[in-house]
Amino acid sequence: MGRYLIRRGLSAIPTLFVISLIIFSILALAPGDPLSDLALNPQVPPEVQQKIREDLGLEDPIPVRYGKWLTSSTLGQFGLFGYEPLTSFRTRAPVMDQVKERLPRTLWISGTAVLLGILVAIPVGVLSAVKQYSIFDQVATTLTFFGFSIPTFFTGLLLILLFSIKLGWLPFIYRSTLEQDKWSFDWIVAMLKQSIMPIAVLGLFQGATLTRYVRASMLENLHLDYVRTARAKGLAESKVVRRHVLRNALIPVVTIIALQLPGVITGAVITEQIFRVPGLGRLLIDSIINNDTPVVMTLAFLFSILVVIFNLIADIIYGWLDPRIKYS
Amino acid sequence: MAEATESRADAQQQSGAVQDLALGQLGAKKPRTLWRDALRQYKRHRLAVAGTFVLLGLILAVVLGPFIWTKGTGNIDFANGLNSPSASHPFGTDDLGRDLFARVLSGGRISIAVGIVAVIISMTIGTMIGAVSGFFGGFVDSSLMRFVDMMLSLPTLPLLLLVIYLFRDSMRDRFGLEVGMFILIVGIIGALSWMPVARLVRASFLSIKEKEFIEAAYCIGATRSSIIFKHILPNALGPVIVAATLGVGTAIITESSLSFLGLGFPPDVPTWGRLLFDNKDWMELAWWMVVFPGMAIFLAVLSINYVGDGLRDALDPHRTTS
Repeated sequence: MGRYLIRRGLSAIPTLFVISLIIFSILALAPGDPLSDLALNPQVPPEVQQKIREDLGLEDPIPVRYGKWLTSSTLGQFGLFGYEPLTSFRTRAPVMDQVKERLPRTLWISGTAVLLGILVAIPVGVLSAVKQYSIFDQVATTLTFFGFSIPTFFTGLLLILLFSIKLGWLPFIYRSTLEQDKWSFDWIVAMLKQSIMPIAVLGLFQGATLTRYVRASMLENLHLDYVRTARAKGLAESKVVRRHVLRNALIPVVTIIALQLPGVITGAVITEQIFRVPGLGRLLIDSIINNDTPVVMTLAFLFSILVVIFNLIADIIYGWLDPRIKYS
Repeated sequence: MAEATESRADAQQQSGAVQDLALGQLGAKKPRTLWRDALRQYKRHRLAVAGTFVLLGLILAVVLGPFIWTKGTGNIDFANGLNSPSASHPFGTDDLGRDLFARVLSGGRISIAVGIVAVIISMTIGTMIGAVSGFFGGFVDSSLMRFVDMMLSLPTLPLLLLVIYLFRDSMRDRFGLEVGMFILIVGIIGALSWMPVARLVRASFLSIKEKEFIEAAYCIGATRSSIIFKHILPNALGPVIVAATLGVGTAIITESSLSFLGLGFPPDVPTWGRLLFDNKDWMELAWWMVVFPGMAIFLAVLSINYVGDGLRDALDPHRTTS
């Protein structure tokens, strides 16, 4: 196991390297120019423009640019070894500061959404499988089918239509600066009120996909011999389901949750756009629109790192939970 | 009851077969084939059949609709702005008085076309890479699968946004506003979604190439290409067809998401996602402006998913009960 961990961990390094190369080359090949606005400005003479380009490192040969970008976007982000951290073209502030400021919001929304998804998926999936073909199962299966066929941006708009416009219960714009004192009762209530809809949109979509996996995994296990053995020795049905079937059925589900986590965070791009949550997703969209290359690259790289790390975690969890899997 | 009539029908068929045999007309009866079995299985999945009809209806509506409903997508009529749904405007009108029904119909053409073309691209790439990888094995296989793993750890949505934003202008200059965007969106969705198909095809190839009938094909002197294309590929197509069907739904959602973020088609091309993006600011005054385009996406994706589900049951030989 220990050796497998090390080998699996090391194999992530070339993957990350190639990903960084892909992201960099997309940007290097792209025809867009971060200074195109400047070039159109008649008040900035060409020599000054040239100077700015050189200062920003845009005139260096491509391998040098890649090297500079890679070091400053990995070591530099944390100010290690004297490397300059990457700064945003637009705000001139280090990219990491912006990321740090927005990360908690994205994590709060997507983390709670995943939790909501799991809390919905496990009971519904288990009941649905235990009572296969019952009315509950049919309703649940149909709803999950609806749930992942309906795109999140449409669910979001429907919720706004119902709860903000028709009923007027919830605000449809997420505000990072609430007037109330932080952590006061009113602040918590206001925070919850503005978070319910984005969390519900993401969480229910996640829950719908997960429910299918839970149900399928439960059905697969329910007809295995060990379940018959458990029943034969006289265990109560609820105990058979909870202690025996559920435990085994959840192994693949846990892996899927780990694999889906980065998707939830990137899925937040759309949710954050609907409810105007100033999180990482919105930062990405805003920076793309403003041609803010360093921020876009950092975010794209960050999302890739997340995917690689969670793939790794999923692999490890799978082996840890399922003793049948041997690593050699 | 149903089973009883069925078995009676079977018995009749058998006695019919005996008669055919007696008359020497065995060839006159249609043989049971893999595809016929699949069709029988498919017909049993009621929701899949319903989904097929809804989907065909939607496709017919968006293909023929604009010829029949000749209101036009760009006819601005301020006097009739923000009209709620009525007989003359079944889906209402938008802020500029344009007929929403006509816009949803013509938008559907593009949204569905994007879905289908993107899937054709991703299936072609995926099948080719999977087939090569599974058939040849060894170094080719391991390096291609490494590549697949790597592609799978790219973050799809951020990368889509990045590529579209960066290459939008040059594609527009080269191929025109609408076509350039179409090529870009379809190409990038196809290029980022072929990996699961490659894995499926590879797995099928790995197991099928060891079967006896392939050995037999080698023995009668079949060439390598005819073994790949005539003997293995048709047997590996089942999961690909299912993945392709479900892929159309995903591609429609992806295109709509991009347009919804304002990074898809230009404003004068009313795809379903673009309609939602343009109309969402009017939602407070006119619910129909978001509900109808959204329902169109939902209905299309839902019916596609049911069709895919039915196909999965029908094409999986292990699940066939009869």
